[in-house]
Amino acid sequence: MDTVTEKLQTQFPEAIVDIYEFRGDTTVTVKPEKLVAVCQFLRDDPETSFKYLSAVSGVDYYPASPRFAAVYHLYSHQYKKRFALKAFCANDEVPVLPSVVPVWSTADWHEREAYDLVGIKFSGHPDLRRILTPPECEGYHPLRKDYPQEGY
Amino acid sequence: MNSAELAPSTETMLLNLGPQHPSTHGVLRVWLELDGEVIVNADPDIGYLHRGIEKMCENRTYHQCLPLTDRLDYLAGTANNFGFVLAVEKLLGVEVPKRAQYIRVLLAELTRISSHLFWLGTHGHDLGAMTPLFFAFREREELMDLFEMVWGGRLFPCYLRIGGLAADLPEGFVEKAWEFVKKFPERIKDYHNLLTKNRIWIARTKDVGVLTKEEALDWGWSGPMARGSGVDWDIRRDTPYSSYQDFDFKIPLGTNGDTYDRYLVRMEEMVQSNLICRQVLEKLPAGDINVNDPTVILPPKEKVYNTIEGLINHFLLIERGITPPKGEVYHAIEAPKGELGFYIISDGSPQPFRVKVRGPSFVNLSPTKVLAKGRLLSDLIALIGTMDIVLADVDR
Amino acid sequence: MGIEEHLGNNVLTTTLEKVVDWARKNSLWPATFGLACCAIEMIVTAANRWDIARFGMEAFRASPRQADLMIVAGTVTKKMVPAVVRIYEQMTEPKWVIAMGACASSGGIFRSYAVVQGIDLYLPVDVYVPGCPPRPEGLLYGILKLHEKILKDPFLTAKYRDQIAPARRKHGHGH
Repeated sequence: MDTVTEKLQTQFPEAIVDIYEFRGDTTVTVKPEKLVAVCQFLRDDPETSFKYLSAVSGVDYYPASPRFAAVYHLYSHQYKKRFALKAFCANDEVPVLPSVVPVWSTADWHEREAYDLVGIKFSGHPDLRRILTPPECEGYHPLRKDYPQEGY
Repeated sequence: MNSAELAPSTETMLLNLGPQHPSTHGVLRVWLELDGEVIVNADPDIGYLHRGIEKMCENRTYHQCLPLTDRLDYLAGTANNFGFVLAVEKLLGVEVPKRAQYIRVLLAELTRISSHLFWLGTHGHDLGAMTPLFFAFREREELMDLFEMVWGGRLFPCYLRIGGLAADLPEGFVEKAWEFVKKFPERIKDYHNLLTKNRIWIARTKDVGVLTKEEALDWGWSGPMARGSGVDWDIRRDTPYSSYQDFDFKIPLGTNGDTYDRYLVRMEEMVQSNLICRQVLEKLPAGDINVNDPTVILPPKEKVYNTIEGLINHFLLIERGITPPKGEVYHAIEAPKGELGFYIISDGSPQPFRVKVRGPSFVNLSPTKVLAKGRLLSDLIALIGTMDIVLADVDR
Repeated sequence: MGIEEHLGNNVLTTTLEKVVDWARKNSLWPATFGLACCAIEMIVTAANRWDIARFGMEAFRASPRQADLMIVAGTVTKKMVPAVVRIYEQMTEPKWVIAMGACASSGGIFRSYAVVQGIDLYLPVDVYVPGCPPRPEGLLYGILKLHEKILKDPFLTAKYRDQIAPARRKHGHGH
């Protein structure tokens, strides 16, 4: 078991939903309500020190349910370690997650992209609006599985 | 009339640094609110080159995604292929033979030099220095000739394959590469002579776009941007991939975190890349270039024509493509612009379920609002040049 | 009598047209319109190895008012189309368009929700240069073909086309 996962299990035992290890990488799925607290802990605790957020990816797991998830890839320069957090949205019709912009400023644009392409709303985001897609895609989220590659 | 009515009213001006602009390195639009020449608010508007590459990857096999990755950071073709191929090889759990790893490193470092040369030329050109452009392009053309020997094109390689390379290096390549590697350090001295002690260059680039070490990490900067701010991080050294641990190279760091420091960092990176190329050419081993696993890469032609297993493997790979196990991986490499990461989710089928590209230019561009506030408009141009953005990497 | 019948009253117009066409093709100024990867090959064409100044075209004007050629180099996305069309409309006559690369000609390898399948859906294109990206020699070949097209441009004599004797039409403005 990864040291970071152990720390999370001691600190936030009720927040962890799933632990997934594959090819040397660990992904821990947490409950969305605890997401910001977990991120803050991982950033500030001197034994984990994940001060760098690589990417926030929005994923659409259609036809599985829960359908929408956001995956956060973290890196710790001090311990040269990578880690991944995943949070599933509670509601498939109106996917919402809390924003981690207060923890890492770089999440600003990543979350805007996840909102634009997959449709996950991030509550508490300072400026959530479309970033990449053309105005023709208003109301649609192109990376959802039910949106065709060639558009409408 | 009292003086309050006679006093001139000031209001800010909205200026559009449009998608068509000679200095925006592509189709970047910045909404600017100006008070005279001073920027009050700058909001980059991207998406003018969003081509839907991530969506297209979901409908193609893994090998068919390779040409799409070429077109991500079009100045550093091999680096994009490298990132994708390493991520899929991590998913499959294979490691390619030493010769292939060394050749990949050689091409990746030559690509880094080519990308930095282009940056040097265009960054200088934006700030008024037109001569470095022609000097840098002279070297870049020699590199393009080298690349053309290997993969037949100039910009888009698609030479790396999942599990190895498309073909071995052609005859005469190593000699020509040696010629280039030997004379390049002299040429770098030329560029230093033109710019490094130039008063105008220093005035335009000192103290422009400064982020401290902590802020750089907070905003997700990587590569030369982070190193210019003093972050001692290079993915090739810290989490090595593809035999980078066999080579000896220094990581240049900046002190102030301004544009001038980043310029010096990139110049020194070119020297170090040249050094790595030299070491690769000295130590290049003989051997196979493809992993010996017929479910991953096409078997050699003798096997295809003479054994039935070879034939079946060949057909299955061409018809269906590779089928990695179910899983999710994230792998990042040190691309010329910064950390290029690929997050691939596989559901066991020949098409990837989700490919997310963590483009370094996308993240490097994000703190523009913070950096441009209170600066002059001409500093914004220097800022966009130093961030070395490639819009296809920003928008994907 | 005979000679007027042969030459007609438009000798002066055709000669003037030839001179003006020759002058136009020798100093076509492109507008900077690099959108994506093809822009790199366009910049390289203007740089030292494939010097585009030999054809009088090294002055890439940033302002569309001062440009006569728009080389659409790169993928045109749906978000970018209004800007492309606006720049085209701001260019003054005479103007020509080269669609450089596979993406500008027909959408290229990107058959997706955000990419326009060819700029000729919105603008009149004179020359298509295929390739991904086209080599600088390819772009130069396309430019030379455009030069040939400009030399044949009947902008003054279009209204006299049926009056000009067929012999003169064959030699002067050959098809």
